[in-house]
Amino acid sequence: MKKIFAVTNGLDPRTTHYCPGCTHGVIHRMVAETLEELDLLERAVGVAPVGCSVLAYDYFDCDMFGAAHGRAPAVATGAKRARPDLIVFTYQGDGDLASIGAAEILHAANRGEKITVVFVNNAIYGMTGGQLAPTTMPGQYSTTTPTGRDPKDTGYPTRMAEILSTLTTPGFIARVSVHAPKETIRAKQVIREAFQYQKDNTCFSFVEFLSTCPTNWGMSPREAEKWLEKEMIPYYPLGIKKRPEDFKEGWKHA
Amino acid sequence: MAKILMKGNEAIGEAAIRSGCLHFFAYPITPQSEIPEYLAKRLPEVGGVYLQAESEVAAVNMMFGAAGVGIRVFTSSSSPGISLMSEGLSYIATCSLPVVVVNMMRSGPGLGGILPAQSDYFQATKGGGHGDYQLVVLGPASVQEAVDLTFLAFRIAEEYLTPVMLLGDGMIGQMMEPVEFPEDHPASPLNPGDWALTGAKDRKKRLVNSLYLDPKECNRINLELKAKYDLIASREQRFELYNCDEPYDLLVCAFGMMSRICKTAIDELATEGRHVGLFRPITLNPFPYQACNQAIQSVNRVLVMEMNMGQMREDVQLAAEGLAPVDFAGTAGGLVMSPEEVKAKMLDALASSKKPRARAKTRKGTKA
Repeated sequence: MKKIFAVTNGLDPRTTHYCPGCTHGVIHRMVAETLEELDLLERAVGVAPVGCSVLAYDYFDCDMFGAAHGRAPAVATGAKRARPDLIVFTYQGDGDLASIGAAEILHAANRGEKITVVFVNNAIYGMTGGQLAPTTMPGQYSTTTPTGRDPKDTGYPTRMAEILSTLTTPGFIARVSVHAPKETIRAKQVIREAFQYQKDNTCFSFVEFLSTCPTNWGMSPREAEKWLEKEMIPYYPLGIKKRPEDFKEGWKHA
Repeated sequence: MAKILMKGNEAIGEAAIRSGCLHFFAYPITPQSEIPEYLAKRLPEVGGVYLQAESEVAAVNMMFGAAGVGIRVFTSSSSPGISLMSEGLSYIATCSLPVVVVNMMRSGPGLGGILPAQSDYFQATKGGGHGDYQLVVLGPASVQEAVDLTFLAFRIAEEYLTPVMLLGDGMIGQMMEPVEFPEDHPASPLNPGDWALTGAKDRKKRLVNSLYLDPKECNRINLELKAKYDLIASREQRFELYNCDEPYDLLVCAFGMMSRICKTAIDELATEGRHVGLFRPITLNPFPYQACNQAIQSVNRVLVMEMNMGQMREDVQLAAEGLAPVDFAGTAGGLVMSPEEVKAKMLDALASSKKPRARAKTRKGTKA
């Protein structure tokens, strides 16, 4: 009999702690499959964040760090600079990357660290129980914005892919979504591109995944997918924001 | 090798390179900036990595990343920057990673000032970050000793897989003194052992992590760390006794630069027939309690002198076990006492130490 599908060796075959309907699982699988397909598992070092995916270090079947909250890009920088042959990636949520770790991601991107950042944006703090994130949508309920996020009070959601795209340093910056099969297939292609850039020692690579959190959004998984499509995608447009090939030397060195 | 004249900060940078440390991540801050400046020039010459981080928070985590993949690494900073690094040091200690941190202390609290002080003694020796971890803390009193202790710091860090701090002050960093580097120091690469994240090729995956949600597991980690710190305390204590061979009427305890000023005052008092002994801990953590206690046995007054408000005094009081009152004199804020001022404080203490006790029998203590 012809084998047409096998579970990736990049994930430990254990049950995860993620809630039903959560999209972390599919993103984990995509990252792990990519590492395996590009033959990178044996030299991969991942950096898990603090947040819902704090236990990602148990799930990825490669060497893993558990970093302090927000510091994964700095940890990855140290690891990659110390052993450039390693394939170093971070896996971070929106509280970790866009809030407490805003400085670390900005400067790692600006230095052009040859690491890959997997950024999961589900517009809320998951692990701590549904508080306001920098990415929470205007009007969206959270436990710390009980009448909905008011941009007059807490500003508008941060678009990390666009912010990082403004940097002059060459990089690969993209936003994808996993709310529907078509987008999920596309997301897999993009994350593969991101790791290929690192494999080729080309540049910093960053993929933002729009993701659902049915538990903290108070919706069924299907409702959450619809809400993501209707509310998040117009504000967080999908696509490749920047490629290293776009870089034009615009400045004379002093 | 002949002695050369070097600034303390630069000498530490050179000593790190000769210890085989070719990776350095840091953020500029006075009065230690000559360390990164020196290494920014030197490390590329020897094939090393120098990287200026965006903050001390990032620097300590870059160090965490480099140490986690089994590469010898260090950082340097000064007081406010060490506060920012303390979060990372807690993680590094919990993950049992070997790193070296230099703190060229400036005055605090708050932004304080840029002049020398010793006001981070508590922060260095009693924690700094959260949780039940410790740093091994070494206190140099000269540029030469800063070099020697840099070599020792890497040795201890790697033997026990633990973070080690070199606790100097702005004066040690800024002054120039003749210094000699040991020749042919063996600088083999750090042994990545069975813990470093080098890629899971032909072996099981490894974790460098400090999250233990199971309280029994978290307790186990705490017990393991405690056992390690106890082992270090039993094997690595270092101290200096000065002018203690003959009976002395007062014991002064001081570390780092303050001990140098105390020695000048003690020498001067000796010419006037007044005998003051000096106990100088070199390992500030583990503090040489037993050796300090032994030095206190023969006096009925102890004077602790520091460039802070009396932080080490608490350790000396513990060591004294009530044998003698422990006085304190010192200045903070970047003021450095002159030998005359120090001598005056010693004379005050001698005056209140009217009845010298008979010299106690020598107790077995830790070797210097």
